[in-house]
Formats: sequence, C-alpha cells, structure tokens
Amino acid sequence: MSAKSSERAAFLALRICGCAVAAPILLILGLLIVKGAPALSAEFLLSAPRMGLKEGGIFPAIVGTVILVALAISVALPLGVACAVYLNEYAGDSRLTRLIRLSIVNLAGVPSVVFGLFGLGLFVLFLKFGVSILSGSLTLAFLILPVVITASEEALSSVPKSFSEASLALGATKMQTILRVVLPNALPGMLTGAILGVSRAAGETAPILFTVAAFYLPRLPSSIFDQAMALPYHLYIVSTQVPGASETVKYGTALVLVSLAFGLNLVAIIARNRIRKQRKW
Amino acid sequence: MAKETAQNPVEISVRGLDLFYGRFQALKSVGIDILKNQVTALIGPSGCGKSTFLRSLNRMNDMIQGVRTEGVVEFEGRRILDPETDVAELRKRVGMVFQKPNPFPMSVYNNVAYGPRIHGSAGSKSDLDGIVEESLVAAALWGEVKDKLKQSALSLSGGQQQRLCIARLLAVKPDVLLMDEPCSALDPIATLKIEELMRDLKNRYTIVIVTHNMQQAARVSDRTAFFLNGELVEQGDTDEIFTRPKDKRTEDYITGRFG
Repeated sequence: MSAKSSERAAFLALRICGCAVAAPILLILGLLIVKGAPALSAEFLLSAPRMGLKEGGIFPAIVGTVILVALAISVALPLGVACAVYLNEYAGDSRLTRLIRLSIVNLAGVPSVVFGLFGLGLFVLFLKFGVSILSGSLTLAFLILPVVITASEEALSSVPKSFSEASLALGATKMQTILRVVLPNALPGMLTGAILGVSRAAGETAPILFTVAAFYLPRLPSSIFDQAMALPYHLYIVSTQVPGASETVKYGTALVLVSLAFGLNLVAIIARNRIRKQRKW
Repeated sequence: MAKETAQNPVEISVRGLDLFYGRFQALKSVGIDILKNQVTALIGPSGCGKSTFLRSLNRMNDMIQGVRTEGVVEFEGRRILDPETDVAELRKRVGMVFQKPNPFPMSVYNNVAYGPRIHGSAGSKSDLDGIVEESLVAAALWGEVKDKLKQSALSLSGGQQQRLCIARLLAVKPDVLLMDEPCSALDPIATLKIEELMRDLKNRYTIVIVTHNMQQAARVSDRTAFFLNGELVEQGDTDEIFTRPKDKRTEDYITGRFG
C-alpha cells in the first residue's frame, strides 16, 4: 500500500470513529421524534393524565418540573455565585480554599441517587420539610451547585485583572469593585452556567425520587410543601410501572423532556457565542 | 525647570523602604522625597524595582500575594504603610495610570463618572456632567469625544483610551498621579500628546512616572531617580542626572542607552 492510500485509510477510520460518536444522539433524537411527535398536541401538553396514566396529557408534570427547576436555580445561583466570588476574589490559596475546591470537584462526582438519599435524609426527614417541592428543589440545587460554581468561577476569572486594578486604583473598595466592575462583566458567563444547571436539573430523576415526586396528582401543587409530578419521574412511571400505557404517551413525554433540556442548552450556547462576539478585550 | 525645585514642598517622603516578594528583595532601603507639583521620573533597566516602587506609593502591591514591605512612606504626614491606613482613601488621593490603557468596557461617560459615583462626590446629574466634562478637558480629550460620550470606551484609539484613563483618574480629584510607563503601548504621536498633557497637569498635580524611555524622562521630568537591582542609585534634578551624573552606574546606563 502506498503512503498516500494508507493515509487515506487512516483518515477514513478516524472519520468513522467521529461519526460513531454522533450516531447514538442522532438515533435517540430520531426515534423520539418519529414515535413521539404524533403525541404532541395541545391536549397532551395542557391536560392531566387520565385512565391511570394510560392516556391524557402531562401538564402537571411539565408544571412540576418547571417549578422545581426554577426554585432549584434560584437557590443554587446566588449560593454558587457567592461561593465563586469568595474563592476567586477574596480567598487566597489557603488550606480552607483548597478544601472548598476539593469539595466542589467531589460534589460534581457524587452519583445523583446519592443526592436523592441525602435530600431524603436532610430535608425530608431531619428538617421535616416532608416529601415536598421544597425538599426536591433544594436537593436539585445541591446537585447543580458544582456546575454553577465552576461556570461562575470561570466567568469571574475571565474578567481581565486590569479592570479591577483600575477600579481599585481609583479608590474603590474591593466590594465596590466586585459589584460594579467584576460581576457585571462576568454575568453573561454566569448565566450560561445557570442555564446548563437548569437543563441538568430538569432531566434528573434520582434526586427527586424520594424528595418530591408524586406518582399521580390530578391537581397542580398549591404550596412548596406539596408534592408535585415531574417529567423524568413521570416518564419512568409510564414506561415501567403502568402496564398498557400507550407508546405515544411514553415517547411524547420523553420528547418533551429532551426538547426542554436541549432547548435550554441551545439557549446557553447561543448566549455564550453572542457574548464572545461582543467582547473586545 | 531646576530652579523652582528648592521651593517645592515634599508631597511624599520615603525612608528606608524594603520590599520583599517572598524571599526575593525587590527594593533595598529606598529613600526619596517626591516634590509637590513636579514630575519625578523613575528610570532603570527592566526588573530594577521602579514599577514595584511606584506601586508601593498607593499600596497596589497589596494585591500580590506574599509581598512584605518595611520602612516608612509618608504622604501628608501619614504613614501609609501602616495596616490601619484606609487604602481606598489613599488611592483616591494617590491615583494610578497603567502601562496598558484599561478603560472599563462601558461608555466614555460612565468611565469618567465611575470615580465620582463610587465616592458619591457629585450631588446631582448636572454636577456629574460638569465633573466629566472638566476631567475630559483636563485630559485634553474633550474635543475628540464630546460627541461620543455614550459610545463604548473600547471604540477609542489606544492613545485616546489612555487619556480617557487619565480623565477617569482626574475625576476622582487626586493629589498625586502615578504613571506606570503610560506611553509604552502607544505610538509616537499619542506619546507626545500624553507628554504635553503631563507638563500641563503638573501645575495642579504631583506626578511620578516610570519610563523606559530616556528621552521621555529628559523631556517631561523635573527630577529623575535611577534604580538598579532594587537600589535607588542616584536622584536629583533631571538636568543634573542627564548631564553630570555622580554615580558611574548612572552614567553607564544613560550613555549606554544613547549609544
């Protein structure tokens, strides 16, 4: 074989490997769209399940997921941003900060079912929040905290040091500098992290399994101490626990869930690209 | 220029200043008087400690981990190296212009208004407008930007950005301007404009400038201090230093530079 043709063969092999990576996601999406798209209708999206979850819509699950995710991010974002500001702007390199950083890395590696059990132990039982939206969203908040912190830290450290130097040299305090110069310039990156956190939280089943998820609730939750239905758990239920549930309901639910997560990721990517273009420093 | 030196009072007095980066000693017992309404140039080869010295006059070295200073720096009779010093207040009086123009990524107006806003020194919107205009005029930039106050500061040229940084500093109404190689990122024409500006500004401010450029030191400064390996080798009237240096090392450096 000549050098040229062996090179061609090698490139072909590499290309096949590259395509192999794309294949699963395309197959999943294709399958979901083909089988799930027919289920999508106003009734499916806007009504409650009927006939023991075999028919009807997924409205309560969509609402539940939206509430859970919104609460989770509104807890995780301030906490994560504050932690990132502390690590990036105030704390030097000390034993304490190394411990905090190590914790964040490890927090990101904890399996989500462990988060679920942690939420059950801490929020549901010990703090007596019960199986509730509060417990579930707090559990999700801890799950996405590492994502939010990491993104926020990256965003903070991408703000040029020369900006804060300029501010400090004008007699601004550190706090003024952070609030007026560093945070506004880091905000877009932080929001990207938040959106990625949201899409992660939207898709998780295990953390909400013991802390909030209801098998079936005909009405929408009325307080944060209510249980709620959620899309990932609903999908698990209709797929495995309800004999005779229609295929379209299963695939339709999966399609809605995946679209939600994909949509959010897409927003994050578009936002990030737009911000990168605007930046001139 | 040299004649008025004797009459100008001391603005900043430095005695026995030692500075360490970890175990490395960057400044060795530096002593100098910075005179009011004069331009003092700090010259010397790279790494000689002149920038480090400049940054210790408004405690900007605090931001670097592992820096330790000993000795006395007196500004208006206060020992500014004391831990009790209100560093923000100090930097309000002793401001700094950096090597690379570093305007904030906001409008020209908001850049200049930043200082007055954080210090709450403008009572009203029209007060603030006044301070902004005054500062831009003083930095010889008003004519060029008066119609683009709302535009991003990053759309200005490098030289304009540096003058904007000076205007931003003037808006805080400092007494001392520290300039860390303010022209090294600029072209010759922008450099000349800044030098002109400095000659004008010294009537109202005390200026300390670090420069790599011998001609610049000779052109703009009243007094010159030559640093080498963390030591202040020689200081005096600029004319003296450049024509009759007393120390052999000063002479070598200056003549070496001129070829």
